[in-house]
Amino acid sequence: MSDRAFAVVRAGALTTVQDGGRAGHAHLGVPRSGALDAPAARLVNRLVGNAEGAAVLETTLTGCAVRPRCPVTVAVGGAPCRVTVDGRPAAWGAALAVPAGAVLEAHPAVRGVRSYLAFAGGVAVEPVLGSRSTDLLSGLGPDPLTDGAVLPLGPGCAPPAGGGGPVPWPAPPGELLLRIRLGPRDDWFTAGALRTLATALYRVTSSGNRIGLRTDGPPLERAVHGELASEGMVLGAVQVPPDGRPVVFLADHPTTGGYPVVGVVAEPDLAAAAQAVPGTPVRFLPVRRRRRT
Amino acid sequence: MSGALPPGALRVLPVGEHALLVELPGEPETGALHAELLRRRAAGLLPPVREIVPAARTVLLDGLDDPARLAGELARWEIPRPDQRAAGSVEIRVRYDGPDLADVAELWGVTPREAAERHASAGYRVAFCGFAPGFGYLTGLPEEWAVPRRSTPRTAVPAGSVAVAGAYTGVYPRSSPGGWQLIGTTDAVLWDPSREPAALLSPGTTVRFTVAEGP
Repeated sequence: MSDRAFAVVRAGALTTVQDGGRAGHAHLGVPRSGALDAPAARLVNRLVGNAEGAAVLETTLTGCAVRPRCPVTVAVGGAPCRVTVDGRPAAWGAALAVPAGAVLEAHPAVRGVRSYLAFAGGVAVEPVLGSRSTDLLSGLGPDPLTDGAVLPLGPGCAPPAGGGGPVPWPAPPGELLLRIRLGPRDDWFTAGALRTLATALYRVTSSGNRIGLRTDGPPLERAVHGELASEGMVLGAVQVPPDGRPVVFLADHPTTGGYPVVGVVAEPDLAAAAQAVPGTPVRFLPVRRRRRT
Repeated sequence: MSGALPPGALRVLPVGEHALLVELPGEPETGALHAELLRRRAAGLLPPVREIVPAARTVLLDGLDDPARLAGELARWEIPRPDQRAAGSVEIRVRYDGPDLADVAELWGVTPREAAERHASAGYRVAFCGFAPGFGYLTGLPEEWAVPRRSTPRTAVPAGSVAVAGAYTGVYPRSSPGGWQLIGTTDAVLWDPSREPAALLSPGTTVRFTVAEGP
């Protein structure tokens, strides 16, 4: 492998390669994937002068450490964390010049769940169906990072104009407010269940992953008890399994499913969902009118 | 009858801000709408849409700029019968040696050999995909031959397993957990991301199973 590469020193709990996702194959059962906190991934790419959809690393809670084999501009963003280069403190949320052979470490998240590491030129693993994203549901794309793995980088880019200095960054949520548009299967639930959904406090559970954000709270009672024939599922769909606890579908969600979807979370709210640690309170806010985003 | 579906027979449900779920009376009508959507998209007669996902009795359209406008138009469409040749056809050779073949034969009241011949005698069509990349839900088995899922799903079903559940048939593209009744195995490669197309079966493909002899 050429010098345009980096070695994984510490893979962390779960670090994957993610880009804008794998669109256009849902009819074959291929999930969309892509960075869960999409605005954060776009922003770190901008900071290093990449196209917004270039492949980045997405960490989970514990961060990761890498050793580039070439000098490379890097930016760490998303969940706030301590950043070091060869043990010396470096800026989070800003472009950093990392020398060849130095260890860049994104330490565990101080708040939030997922930090993002962008490298100038992008992570250049082989694309599968037009995307470099790891899809944990169906196993497409590169495997999650392992200690000692070496991943290629794309051709270096010019340093970003304007210096790529610190940028405003939304803080991970203390309470998750998810705007939800009811349907398509809200009529499968009782009126009481819909009131519960709009008023009750739910909490993020620790069993969530890239497939879905699981919540605990009062179960939603069904008005229709039959089986729903499998139907297509969208990003942000709030599926209600037999236990009545809402699951918000994230990027690696299955493309079809057989449990009723009571509503769909507005896509701009999903970045905060991706950063909500277990225990975070969740409120669903039904919106009725069409909104331009 | 000029079309598969008269205007007004479908119901359009909004899904979030950018998607529509079109609900149809049954599987044949769903296949007809799916074929018509693909035809219109190929002819440039459909607004930009990221995903068209057929399922058992619905078609999802995701990634629309103005779903309300398309919803209004859809209700007025006349949907012709699909041209079965358009989506292609595939023959899959099956060794009917699955561990559940005897159980399925018993449910049908025939010998395992007759069950194999009965399964291979039907003409199939991929109604939709899901569960895993390249896994198709094939219709064609008569409803009266529907079989229940296994009460305890297997933790690992080998790739290439041919299985039935309800009146659907499917072939596992890779080893995965599964609760369908395994009636046979095939060497056909259902999914290969380095191949074009990656999926052997896509919605609308017609499928014939043939009985391969021996192990």
